[in-house]
Amino acid sequence: MSSTVGIVMLVHTALGRAEQVARHWAAAGCPVVIHVDKNVSHKVYSAFTHRLGDVDNVLFSRRHRCEWGMWGIVAASQDAAELMLRRFPDVRHVYLASGSCLPLRPVQELVEYLADRPRTDFIESATTADVPWTVGGFDEERFTLRFPFSWKKRRKAFDGYVALQRALRLKRRIPKGIVPHMGSQWWCLTRQTLSAILEDPDRAEFDGYFKRVWIPDESYFQTLARLYSSNIESRSLTLSKFDFQGKPHIFYDDHLQLLRRSDCFVARKIWPHADRLYDAFLTDPAIAMKQTEPNPGKIDRIFAKAVDRRVKGRPGLYMQSRFPRTDWENGVTSGDYSVFEGFAELFEDWDDWLSRATGARVHGHLYAPERAEFAGGASIISGALPDSAALRDANPKAFLTNLIWNTRGERQIFQYGPGDNPDLGWTLAKDPNAQISVISGAWAVPLFKSNRNFGDLRKEAAELQRIESEHLKQLQSPWTKARVRIWTMAEFVESPMEPLQTVIDEIGQKGLRRLGEAPKMADLAGFGQFLQNLKNQGMHPYLMGDFPVDRGLNKQPPKPRRPYLVK
Amino acid sequence: MSLWDSYKMRVRRRRYRIRAYRKRRELTAIADRTRQIKPGDVLLFSTLRNEHVRLPHFLKYYRDIGVQHFLMVDNDSTDGGGHYLAEQKDVSVWHTKGSYKRSRFGVDWLNWLQYRYADGHWTLTVDPDELFLYPFCDTRPIRALTDWLDTSSIRSFSAMLLDMYPKGRLNNVTYEAGQDPLDIASWFDPGNYFIRKNPLMWNLWIQGGPRARVFFPDAPEKAPALNKIPLVKWDRRYVYASSTHALLPRGLNLAYDEWGGEKASGVLLHTKFLNTFEAKAEEELTRGQHYNGSVEYKAYADTIRQNPDLWCKWSEKFINWRQLEILGLMSKGNWA
Repeated sequence: MSSTVGIVMLVHTALGRAEQVARHWAAAGCPVVIHVDKNVSHKVYSAFTHRLGDVDNVLFSRRHRCEWGMWGIVAASQDAAELMLRRFPDVRHVYLASGSCLPLRPVQELVEYLADRPRTDFIESATTADVPWTVGGFDEERFTLRFPFSWKKRRKAFDGYVALQRALRLKRRIPKGIVPHMGSQWWCLTRQTLSAILEDPDRAEFDGYFKRVWIPDESYFQTLARLYSSNIESRSLTLSKFDFQGKPHIFYDDHLQLLRRSDCFVARKIWPHADRLYDAFLTDPAIAMKQTEPNPGKIDRIFAKAVDRRVKGRPGLYMQSRFPRTDWENGVTSGDYSVFEGFAELFEDWDDWLSRATGARVHGHLYAPERAEFAGGASIISGALPDSAALRDANPKAFLTNLIWNTRGERQIFQYGPGDNPDLGWTLAKDPNAQISVISGAWAVPLFKSNRNFGDLRKEAAELQRIESEHLKQLQSPWTKARVRIWTMAEFVESPMEPLQTVIDEIGQKGLRRLGEAPKMADLAGFGQFLQNLKNQGMHPYLMGDFPVDRGLNKQPPKPRRPYLVK
Repeated sequence: MSLWDSYKMRVRRRRYRIRAYRKRRELTAIADRTRQIKPGDVLLFSTLRNEHVRLPHFLKYYRDIGVQHFLMVDNDSTDGGGHYLAEQKDVSVWHTKGSYKRSRFGVDWLNWLQYRYADGHWTLTVDPDELFLYPFCDTRPIRALTDWLDTSSIRSFSAMLLDMYPKGRLNNVTYEAGQDPLDIASWFDPGNYFIRKNPLMWNLWIQGGPRARVFFPDAPEKAPALNKIPLVKWDRRYVYASSTHALLPRGLNLAYDEWGGEKASGVLLHTKFLNTFEAKAEEELTRGQHYNGSVEYKAYADTIRQNPDLWCKWSEKFINWRQLEILGLMSKGNWA
């Protein structure tokens, strides 16, 4: 008995596998018409037809030379489909498959599924404006330019001719009555629709037009089916996913369970050496007939993720096969972190207080000249990242990105200042993950507290001020993407709790909790006079803002004034 | 100036090819089974000296992932490794007494053999202490990878060197022939690699890992390079420029994405740090046949005497390729 479903199979490599699958279809009663690419040598071809000679419902159609993106594939499908319709009058649905397609469900299930939908054409078909997956930048243009040259073999001619047509603004006329549609080249059409397309009185005109369209196998039937079909279901029954270059994803042995659970009828493309897949799907006896609809959701997700990884990658990761150019990182670092400048200088117990207030890992000055001051005085940290200053300074950006990558899931906080390696400045400023809080001029506090000759202090103050003002320019530049807050020291000392609360809230580690205790501010008695002395020596300290000479005499640290700050 | 650079690279490539051609005379075939090589076979090339104890596992590992033929240069081993190789049915062996250093650390010899035998083949170039790991290597043979690379029009595949080490002193456990070296050297540094781009050769320059951490903490620029491109669809015109770190033409070195995406890549598990290492380091030191006046081996020898434990509390124990993928040391790219 001949089945109502006929299979048209386009084959160009792995003929052994094609033979296996053809036998499978034929054994279930489905007639098969095979088209073998003309690029396959005559010797190989005749051996292939000879091997299949014992199966009487397998026929071979006239051979065309098939090349990706060219007309040959459509011509091959046309001839094979005509042969199918002519020789097998019982066939109601014609299923277009390739030699690397593999039926995943018992053939009888497909036959019944289609028998339940006798008038439905399964062909993915959408207008160019609606599809995002065109490769090579040709969506509209694939129908309005001419593409006589092979993209694979004659790339220069291809590109040149496209450029020429664009320059001359040449546009083709689209034949009357058709609206270009595109979609997966693997369809399943009813005899009615297919024969209407093939016997159309205007077919010569349509063929002539589509012969110069780019990738006509994705648009010929997809467009013409719209003219005749009474009921188009715009999806392909063949599970076929494409990567970002428009190449089909390939299935291997380890996809077996995924494919089983997909409930799709046919999948492509299968790696020819995936023995387990072929064994499993071609020899499995039908256990129970399932009435389920195909559900390729999980496979879709896996392949979509793969494309995403190839195109966008994991943000903040720098490795052997992902090394983005500056500003193309798609995330300089892999997660949020905070940088405090001047706080550790102004507050005596800053690191401890901050780690209590936020629960994050609080490092000292990671870019200090002697070593990276990891939290808790560690000499090595997550990822086996050592504290060696030489290693760090050989590549300061990589040190930061490594640290943030290695501690994914745990917020990092570190101190930074004009005494540290200044090469990190731009990296910080341009990183949207960085939260940078600066009390400008606070570097003067340790100088003020130190017991050194004033001449040395003056020199160092001038140097630190120069470095910090450079750094502040970076932080305030239009290229800055970090969340930056800058207070002058005078401003900050005036009311420290409010800005602290804002910054800590943004870190948001412990939910919205009010700060119960204030960090202990250094005793600033005499600081105003210290600045005045610097001025008197001809150095002009300005980054800390205006400190009156007698200001520091008030020994009381400013009390928290806002009621909500009290526990 | 880029045209000038291109010209310089072309001259350099020609120079390497001439060197390889001249060095062919240093090679004597001990077992030439290259007539067994069929089109489409994946070939493995390697130079070795006194690595007999590693060979049984090495050959088994690569046979299992689907390498069809081994082409090995025996640099005058005295431990019988050359004879052992010559007995294997799928190995061709060449012997040489030539200087390792003056053949540019074996590269000239291999370039010659690759010119002769590798044209059109996927070619894996690894040392006997390197195990090649690629995405899905536990479920798919290497042929699946090379077929996929072919359809994606990719000619070269990067696999960075990942130094493996044991927990405790290197000579605590004795490695036995045939044993999986990863049973002993099962630890690695997960996240301390530093990358720069080489503007002339276009390859990435990766340093870090335990060798930078322990042997070169104060002179990071001297730490050995870890970037490698061991798997190449070979063409007669190609040459390895310096070890397997870089190739010419330099387009082959662009095995990384520069616009944020990830290309597929693998890892070479480097199992150098076994109990065999100390003796090897001493020997290499007296022979002086290694890179940059064997500075690396000098640093080793000093440190090895002081503190031979490379393990630290942030070391990670090796599980499988997926672990390395998650850590960001290798990538599936768009292969799924």
